[in-house]
Amino acid sequence: MTGRIHSIESFGTVDGPGIRLVIFFQGCPMRCQYCHNPDTWKTSGGTEMTVEELLAIYDKNQNFYEKGGITATGGEPLVQIDFVTELFSAAAKRGIHTCVDTSGITFHPDSPETIQRFDRLTAVTNLVLLDIKHIDPVSHKKLTGQQLEPVLAFAKYLDKKAVPVWLRHVIVPGITYEQNNLVKLGRFIGTLHNVEALDVLPYHDMGKIKYKKLGLPYPLENIKPLSKKEALDARKLIIQGIKEERIDEKRRVR
Amino acid sequence: MKQEWKTFTPGPWEKEINVRDFIQRNYTPYDGNDSFLAGPTKNTTDLWEQVMELSRQESEAGGVLDMDTRIISTITSHGPGYLDKNKEKIVGFQTDKPFKRSLQPYGGIRVAEKACSDNGYQVDPEISKFFTIHRKTHNAGVFDAYTPEMRACRSSHIITGLPDAYGRGRIIGDYRRVALYGVDRLIEDKEEEKMTTRSTMYSHIIRIREELSEQIRALKELKDLGVIYGYDISRPAANVQEAIQWTYFAYLAAVKEQNGAAMSLGRTSTFLDIYAERDLADGTFTEEQIQEFVDHFIMKLRLVKFARTPEYNALFSGDPTWVTESIGGVGIDGRHMVTKMSYRYLHTLQNLGTAPEPNLTVLWSTRLPNNFKMFCARTSIESSSVQYENDDLMRVTHGDDYAIACCVSSMRIGKEMQFFGARANLAKCLLYAINGGVDEISKKQVGPRYRPITSEYLEYDEVMERYQDMMKWLAGVYVNTLNIIHYMHDKYCYERLQMALHDMNVTRWFATGVAGLSVVADSLSAIKYGKVRTIRDENGIVTDYEVSGNFPKYGNDDDRVDQIAVDVVHTFMNYVKQNHCYRGGIPTTSILTITSNVVYGKGTGATPDGRKAGEAFAPGANPMHKRDTHGAVSSLASVAKLSFKDAQDGISNTFSIIPGALGKEEQLFIGDIDVELECGVDKACAIPNLMVGADRE
Repeated sequence: MTGRIHSIESFGTVDGPGIRLVIFFQGCPMRCQYCHNPDTWKTSGGTEMTVEELLAIYDKNQNFYEKGGITATGGEPLVQIDFVTELFSAAAKRGIHTCVDTSGITFHPDSPETIQRFDRLTAVTNLVLLDIKHIDPVSHKKLTGQQLEPVLAFAKYLDKKAVPVWLRHVIVPGITYEQNNLVKLGRFIGTLHNVEALDVLPYHDMGKIKYKKLGLPYPLENIKPLSKKEALDARKLIIQGIKEERIDEKRRVR
Repeated sequence: MKQEWKTFTPGPWEKEINVRDFIQRNYTPYDGNDSFLAGPTKNTTDLWEQVMELSRQESEAGGVLDMDTRIISTITSHGPGYLDKNKEKIVGFQTDKPFKRSLQPYGGIRVAEKACSDNGYQVDPEISKFFTIHRKTHNAGVFDAYTPEMRACRSSHIITGLPDAYGRGRIIGDYRRVALYGVDRLIEDKEEEKMTTRSTMYSHIIRIREELSEQIRALKELKDLGVIYGYDISRPAANVQEAIQWTYFAYLAAVKEQNGAAMSLGRTSTFLDIYAERDLADGTFTEEQIQEFVDHFIMKLRLVKFARTPEYNALFSGDPTWVTESIGGVGIDGRHMVTKMSYRYLHTLQNLGTAPEPNLTVLWSTRLPNNFKMFCARTSIESSSVQYENDDLMRVTHGDDYAIACCVSSMRIGKEMQFFGARANLAKCLLYAINGGVDEISKKQVGPRYRPITSEYLEYDEVMERYQDMMKWLAGVYVNTLNIIHYMHDKYCYERLQMALHDMNVTRWFATGVAGLSVVADSLSAIKYGKVRTIRDENGIVTDYEVSGNFPKYGNDDDRVDQIAVDVVHTFMNYVKQNHCYRGGIPTTSILTITSNVVYGKGTGATPDGRKAGEAFAPGANPMHKRDTHGAVSSLASVAKLSFKDAQDGISNTFSIIPGALGKEEQLFIGDIDVELECGVDKACAIPNLMVGADRE
């Protein structure tokens, strides 16, 4: 089997713990307005690579990755879930820490076949970076072109299976930088007990240039990057939501 | 035992000049963290403010505040100079006041004149006359001996940056000897060495005897320098303040006599820590006081200044002095050599703010203590001012008492020196191979009239064959040019004080260097794996290239092209070795045009990798800008394939990274999200991403 690989970053430090070999998969069903990798959308293109080829890159420089591992990102890596599973199985056998960075959009709670596939994947995955784009279903659809439902179902699925998760959320002025939704997101996260970290990502416009190159209009032309202060405020609101949810939960238990 | 040595562990170092033995028997490895460090004292802050004000005035004045035009700089040429005598704990300037640049004509009177005139000063005509008519300089000697071919290579820039008009530098005196033994003992030792020279007066014996006499004279003047500032340095230093002061006087004497391309300090921190530990233990000084001495010492090193021409500054992108200090490393007995003083030196970047000088260089080993590694990483992130070198690699060749001169040249302190040799432009050499020795810019026949390549498309085997011939020629003319330079430098601009702080029987590294390696590797890869069409002028000289097809580029951990780079360095080194080197020098090479890559690129025509004429080279052994597309690890892995054996004088890689790419913003990313219900937000402590798993060792 081969995977369609968009590119490789040999020194990834922000997609999981430690220094990581980050593999960008080609293809994504989402069309997030703030996406900074529009060149990974198409499911065609990229370079076809085998598991052995990818692991050979890792092996060559494994000294760098002692405290890190491999991260599959994209694009949406789980469009190629079988290949990711094969890659992670081989990696897990060698004791390599595996991490997938996903939107969860390909999950279908009602399809036994899909569940089986995800079972196989999570059995060899050490960490999931789950990126919830928007907590409001209507806004999610508007922002990404896709439904929110599978994402939340995936989060619950991971919680049930106790797969460690780092929760990511991009804060965009005028879209996700909004009090009620941030607290609401926090409340949802509060229901999960497998979330190990919260990764608040301030919106930046460094992807703009890629749209120009691809001849695509940039959807967020008039939106300014989020300041660090605003990002801290957003984080506070999410944490507030988590706490509220936990307090309620405690009450329910009593 | 001498009074000053009481409580030190005795050993052979008492009977012979052997600083390493003293260090190994007496130093205390430090495994703790940085919590013991002290901030700047009021004196330090006041003095540094004064320096900043003078710096402001200097840059307002166009880069130079004051210059000597009459007094030729010697060890004792000037009276004492101070910022504020009452506040300075470590004293001494190159002239009688800070920020005044000294006059050093022995390297070349015309360069000294130009350095003055370009900055609005004029050398006293009497001095110009004296050094033109009565006293020959290094520069004049070199040009008396150069062949027409050497001159042609020099002006076409296939050999560049040669130290033929300025001081060669790159020699590190063992300045610590002055602190440990006092000057009188060192003079005795030199007298004894002089007695041991052979009695038949071969010319090289005569030279050694004359040099030893010069060294002894310089040591006597060094004692006088101490007296000028009110110190008796004929005896050993008795405490850490004296040890720093004695060491600094020795270094100061060197920079008063030599305006070298790199005037590096050595490896002083762990040596000095022995005194600091003793003083802390018996209550002589507190931690605050010791940090103050260190801060004032580093402040002095930051204020070393030379008179230089704008061209020189353009070549080196600034006004560098390369006061390199090597810190840390591991001893051959397996104990690491990190001490509290290693921390104190790096801590000056905090106490005084960041600065490029002195060039604080950590000799990195996987076996350094974890606390120190963390401290280094943090200091790097905060200051961007720390250089790292691979101790595990160099210790094999140089033991555990070597230091770095300039940026990467390693040598055992007091036992090895080097003849600095600038570099040969291997990218231009490739163009000469294609054009049969005709320079692609001047169109002059500079190299030998070998057969040029006449085909429209370049063919790998043919190009390689021609390239090897041309490299062989270049290595020959290059080494012989250096032979002349170092002969004349020894004769007319001898580093008597620095060599007085070496053993008599010193190992001499004959350091060559190469520029444009990544351009060459990518060019040959383009010829081999892509398609390269030549574009010729009306006389058939190739002046440009049309590159098509995809080809592997150096910097992506791809053996197909990385191996080409490895082979080129190996081949060139072998050609260098085939030549006679002056004074028994052992040939080495370096790949380290850290800052001159812009100038070298400017002087080189278009190359077969698609680089346009005049475009900058990559610095040192770096991949070409933006051609390494697989991230830092792959880029570093390509560079790491270059063999140290073939480039023993050093391989440099300039690495910059935006802070965001080094890990998560501490305040935005929170790990351990299992929020305690009763605690505040901030107690859900921030775990910066890079640190996650850091304790898993």
